[in-house]
Amino acid sequence: MNKLSREQMAARVARDIPEGAYVNLGIGLPTLVANFLPVDKEIILQSENGLLGMGPAPAKGEEDPELINAGKQPVTLLTGGAFFHHADSFAMMRGGHLDICVLGAFQVSVTGDLANWHTGAAGAIPAVGGAMDLAIGAKQVFVMMELLTKSGESKLVGRCSYPVTGLACVSRVYTDLAVFELGSRGVSVIEIAEGLSLDDLRSLTDLPLRGAETTATI
Amino acid sequence: MIDKTLPTVEAAVADIHDGASVMIGGFGTAGMPDQLIDALIVQGARDLTIINNNAGSGEAGLAALLKAKRVRKIICSFPRQTDSHHFDALYRAGEIELELVPQGNLAARIQAAGAGLGAIFTPTGYGTLLAEGKETREINGRHYVLEYPIHASFALIKAQQGDRWGNLVYRKTARNFGPIMAMAAACTIAQVAKVVPLGTLDPEGVVTPGIFVQRVVTTASAIAVAA
Repeated sequence: MNKLSREQMAARVARDIPEGAYVNLGIGLPTLVANFLPVDKEIILQSENGLLGMGPAPAKGEEDPELINAGKQPVTLLTGGAFFHHADSFAMMRGGHLDICVLGAFQVSVTGDLANWHTGAAGAIPAVGGAMDLAIGAKQVFVMMELLTKSGESKLVGRCSYPVTGLACVSRVYTDLAVFELGSRGVSVIEIAEGLSLDDLRSLTDLPLRGAETTATI
Repeated sequence: MIDKTLPTVEAAVADIHDGASVMIGGFGTAGMPDQLIDALIVQGARDLTIINNNAGSGEAGLAALLKAKRVRKIICSFPRQTDSHHFDALYRAGEIELELVPQGNLAARIQAAGAGLGAIFTPTGYGTLLAEGKETREINGRHYVLEYPIHASFALIKAQQGDRWGNLVYRKTARNFGPIMAMAAACTIAQVAKVVPLGTLDPEGVVTPGIFVQRVVTTASAIAVAA
């Protein structure tokens, strides 16, 4: 089967982001999506630390320690961009102004519960940042993750075993093996990697997956 | 004549007392009032409760305050970073108390304090470990968690320019928590790159009006700024 690379997954997510959307890309895998946004469309990236209209990394030597993203990496500001304080930034999320956020995850449940902030491991120092605000705030929450753990367990699950970040908040899950839509009727497989069948996915995830009317190849 | 400017960072932090609650602005090092923190370390106040987004990184600023064992409790959203080793060591040794707050709730609780609200109902964190034991309410079909304001005796923040009335403007993403912490603390101390004469700041562009600021001190930040 043709497993998607991280870059292919990012390109796939980018295809579903329309012109004019206000988007927050989470730390980690989702940041790759920025590299695949179409240059002929205006899509505005938000960074939770207080900017809209985030541009790419600066040229070497042009870094500004006071112009950084949520991952504390130096970035640039596009023409038309804006700065604001933290209460405004999180009002953009919580208030439902952000169209899409793309997050990584440890697990997503069939009902859209998200677990991405804490493994729950004893001795782990917890840190949450903006994960819980993003999870419940954006109009649409896309998760981008590999479908299986390194030991082959599905990260799309009946019920999260890791501590949850938000309840019933994820609408789509983009993985290296399939794209899933979560809704009131359960999980639909809307796209599938070449060489993989719906039954293969059912056995990998041990979930009663529905095929969409038009399950396409990614 | 009102003059909130002070000649030195030492004078600005002189009365921060043992056991004080102190908000410290900044997201990572952007907006971190490094010179005020250094002065606070020299000043020696201990048993502090610190409110910041993080718990220090590397060796400077908040990390140095933690290393000096002046902090009893920290209220923050993201303590664990690749270089948060001073916090990590204190936490593992049980020498610091951590109140972990989702970042947007941290901002909202600080803002609520500044705005005089008794509490807020926030959807963030509902159904998670961080809302355990907290009062919840369903309002118009959505679930919310009751969270209380975070007040502080002092706020140490960094701005780009200020005037003698305490009006402030910030620089790029160094703004982050400055405006809301200035509102929430009884005494807000701003470290600015430059004090400008009254009337220099465009009234339309003032981000923090002087009513929220008690002290302004000019000092060169060690956090280098390009251009």
